[in-house]
Amino acid sequence: MFDALTTAFQKLFRSLRGRGVLTEENIREALREVRTTLLEADVPFDLVKTFTDRVRARVLGQEVGSSLSPGQQFIQCVYEEMAALLGSTAEELAMGGSPGTLLLCGLHGSGKTTTAGKLARWLAERRGRRVLLAAGDLRRPAAADQLGVLAAQVGAALVRPEPGESLAEFGVRALSHARVGGNDFVIFDTGGRFQMDHDLLAELGELRRAVKPANIVLVVDAAMGQESVHVAEGFHRAVGLTGLILTKLDGDARGGAALSIRSVTGRPILFTGTGEKLDQLEPFYPDRMASRILGMGDVLSFVEKAQEVVDEATARTLERKIRRNTFTLEDFLVQYRQMQKMGPLEKVLEMIPGASRLTSDRKATDEMKRFVKKAEAIILSMTPRERRNPEILNGSRRARIARGSGTQVQDVNEVLRQFKQAKLLAQRMGQMQKKLRMRF
Amino acid sequence: MMGWRNALSRTRRAMAEGLRALFRAGRPDERTMETLEETLIRADVPPRVASALLEEARQVREGESFSDRLSAAMKRALGAPSPDLLSAPQGAIRVILLAGVNGAGKTTTAAKLARRLLKAGGKPLLAAADTFRAAGSQQLQIWAERVPCECVGGPMGADPAAVAFDAVRASVSRGAHAVIVDTAGRMHTRDALMAELQKVGRSVGKALPGAPHEVWLVLDATIGANALSQARHFHATLPLTGLIVAKLDGSAKAGFVLGIRRELNIPVRYAGLGEGMDDLVPFDPDAFVQAILGASEGEV
Ligand SMILES: Nc1nc2c(ncn2[C@@H]2O[C@H](COP(=O)(O)OP(=O)(O)OP(=O)(O)O)[C@@H](O)[C@H]2O)c(=O)[nH]1
Ligand SMILES: Nc1nc2c(ncn2[C@@H]2O[C@H](COP(=O)(O)OP(=O)(O)OP(=O)(O)O)[C@@H](O)[C@H]2O)c(=O)[nH]1
Ligand SMILES: [Mg+2]
Ligand SMILES: [Mg+2]
Repeated sequence: MFDALTTAFQKLFRSLRGRGVLTEENIREALREVRTTLLEADVPFDLVKTFTDRVRARVLGQEVGSSLSPGQQFIQCVYEEMAALLGSTAEELAMGGSPGTLLLCGLHGSGKTTTAGKLARWLAERRGRRVLLAAGDLRRPAAADQLGVLAAQVGAALVRPEPGESLAEFGVRALSHARVGGNDFVIFDTGGRFQMDHDLLAELGELRRAVKPANIVLVVDAAMGQESVHVAEGFHRAVGLTGLILTKLDGDARGGAALSIRSVTGRPILFTGTGEKLDQLEPFYPDRMASRILGMGDVLSFVEKAQEVVDEATARTLERKIRRNTFTLEDFLVQYRQMQKMGPLEKVLEMIPGASRLTSDRKATDEMKRFVKKAEAIILSMTPRERRNPEILNGSRRARIARGSGTQVQDVNEVLRQFKQAKLLAQRMGQMQKKLRMRF
Repeated sequence: MMGWRNALSRTRRAMAEGLRALFRAGRPDERTMETLEETLIRADVPPRVASALLEEARQVREGESFSDRLSAAMKRALGAPSPDLLSAPQGAIRVILLAGVNGAGKTTTAAKLARRLLKAGGKPLLAAADTFRAAGSQQLQIWAERVPCECVGGPMGADPAAVAFDAVRASVSRGAHAVIVDTAGRMHTRDALMAELQKVGRSVGKALPGAPHEVWLVLDATIGANALSQARHFHATLPLTGLIVAKLDGSAKAGFVLGIRRELNIPVRYAGLGEGMDDLVPFDPDAFVQAILGASEGEV
C-alpha cells in the first residue's frame, strides 16, 4: 500500500512539473489511491467518500508551493485532514461526582473488562482514587471472577451482582457500596452487546438513568470492520457516549474504525489499549493514528523518537556511512548505545516494520541487553583495523578476541552475525528516513 | 436458538430493494457495478477481492442474470460446504485445537462444539489450556458443567502445553470421541506467543500421535481487513484446517472469509450465531452469500 501511494504521488509530481496547479484531473489517480488505502484500512465506505471529497475540495486550485512538491503537498493535506478528524491527545476523564463514575460498554470481547482493570490502575496511580470495580456483566460465565482477579491485581475493591438483580438495581447498590466502603470512584463493567440488540441496549439505558455516570465510554477493538459506523451510532443514540477507548492497538490492524467512531460520535478517543497487561493503557496520538491508517506504521513516531535521542551530527555521520556502505563494528556499538537511550528496546523495535521479529518478548529484550554488554567487550577487544574490516577476522583472531573479552568464540561469531543484521536494518532505516523526508 | 436465516435477516438493509431492481436489468452498467462493489465492500469483502469477483461475474456471459453470476462466483470462491465433523462420532478420538486473537470467541465456541458433539451422541472433553487470562479457565469450566461434559484444566500460570497434554491423555483413557482444546487469545504479531501455540500443537502430538487432527481459527465477524493478517500468521504457525466465524448474529457480514479462502484456501466450518451453547451451525455458503447481497430467498 505504502508503495502504491508513493507511486501515485510520484506520478502526480511528474505530471505537475511545469504546470504547478492541482486540478481535478491531475489528482484523480492519487485520490483513487487514497480511497483504496482507506478502504483497506477499514475506514467505512461512506466516510471514505466524505473524506476524499474534503481532500479534493481543499487541494483543488491550490498553487503548488515553492518549498513542497505537489506530491508532498497532497499527502500533507491528506495527513492533516485525517489527524484533525481524529481529534487531540490530552483528553481527560470527568472526575466530578462523589463517587466519580465511569460506565464501559461495547461489543462482545472488545476489551471492556480488561480496560476496567487498566482504568482502575490508572485512576489509583495517577489520580489517587480509591476505586470500586462493579462487575455488571450478568451473562458471561465467570465475568465477575475475571474482574475480581484484575481488581486484586490493582488493589481495587470489587462488587458482584446478586442472583435475580437487574443491571440498574445492581448499579444503585454499587454506588451505595462505594459510599459505605469509602471508594471515591466506581467503574461499571458491562456485558458485551450488539448495537442492534434493542433489549440489551435498553438495559444499558436503565443503568445509565439509575447511576447517571459522569463518563460513558465505548470500548472498540481496533480491528473492527465496516460496521464501526453503525456500532458507534447505535451505542451513542442509546446511552449518549462521552468518550471512546480503542483497544488491541498492539496488533497490526490499521484501525480505520478510529476515524469513524470519532467522527460519528464527535467524542474524543481517551485512551488506547496496547496489550493484555494492566499497565498497557496509553494516551491517544492522532498523528500516529493517521499515519497508521495511511499504512505508514509507526515509522513517524520512530523517526521522531530517534531524533529526540540521536544527536543530529551522529545521525548524519551514520547515515552517510550507511549510504557509502562503510558502516563498521564501531558504528554498530555507537548505534546500539543510542538505541538503549531510546527506552525499552522492545518498544523501539516494535515501531520498525519488519524489525519486530528481532524482539517480541521481555526475555528476548533482557537477552538483548546482555548481548549488548558482551558485544561491547568483544568489540573493544578488537584492533581498530579489525573493527573496520571484520572480513579479516579468521579463526585465530576470533579466538584471541574471545580470550581478551572473557567470552566464547561462539559469542564473537554471534556478534559478527548480529552486526551483519544491524547493517541491513540500518540500511533499511536509512531508506525509510529518506522516503519520509521526500514526502513531508 | 435463532436460526441462521432468521439471524441474518435481522441485518438486511433497505439496500436490498435497490439491488433487486438492479439485478432485473440483466447486463450490468457502470452504476450497477459500482453499487455492487459498494455492497461487497460494506460487507468487509476486501476491495481487491470485490473487484476480482465482479470481474469474474462479468466474464461469464451465458443466459443467467448478473446477480446469479456474482453469487455463483462468490459461492465458487467459498468452495463446497464442509462436512460437519461433529455430527457423527467415530471410533477414533479427534483432537481439535482452537486458536485466535484476544476476545474472538474461542472459549464460547469450544463449549458450543462440545455441545454439538454431545447432542449427536458423542462424548466430548474440554481442555482449558488458557492458563493466562484472568478466569479464562473458570469460564470454560462453567461451560463444561452446562454442556455437560468433562473439563481438564490447570491453575493460572500453568504451562498450556502440559495442560493440553494431560487433557488428551485423559480423553484417551476416558474414551472420549473428541477433545476440544481452548487456548489463550494471542495477537498474531507476537512471535513468542505464536511459538507457545506451536508448542501446544507438538505437545498434543506427543500425547496422541497424529494430533492435533484439526486446528480451527476462530474469527470475530465484526472485524475487517485484519482477519487476513490473522489467518496468515496463524496458518504459518500451525497449518489451519478450518475457520469458525463467531458473532455472525450481529450486523457485520464477515466478507473477509472470501479473501481468506482465495488466498489460503482454508474452509469455513461453522458460524457462531449467539452467546448460548446451542448457537452454532455448520457454515452455509448460500445463506452467507445471500446475506451479503441482501436478496431474499429464491430471488437471487
Ligand atoms: N493484545 C491485547 N489484548 C487485549 C487488549 N485489551 C483486552 N485484551 C484481551 O482481549 C480479550 C477480551 O478482553 P475482555 O476484557 O475480556 O473483553 P470484554 O469486552 O470484557 O468481553 P465481554 O465481556 O465478553 O464482552 C482478553 O483476552 C483480553 O486480555 C489490548 O489492548 N491488547
Ligand atoms: N453474540 C455472540 N456473542 C458471542 C459469540 N461467540 C462468542 N461471543 C461472545 O464474545 C465474547 C468473547 O467470547 P470468548 O469465548 O470469551 O472469547 P475468547 O476468544 O475465548 O476470548 P479470550 O480467551 O479472552 O481471548 C463473550 O462475551 C461471548 O459471549 C457469538 O457467536 N455471538
Ligand atoms: Mg467482559
Ligand atoms: Mg477464552
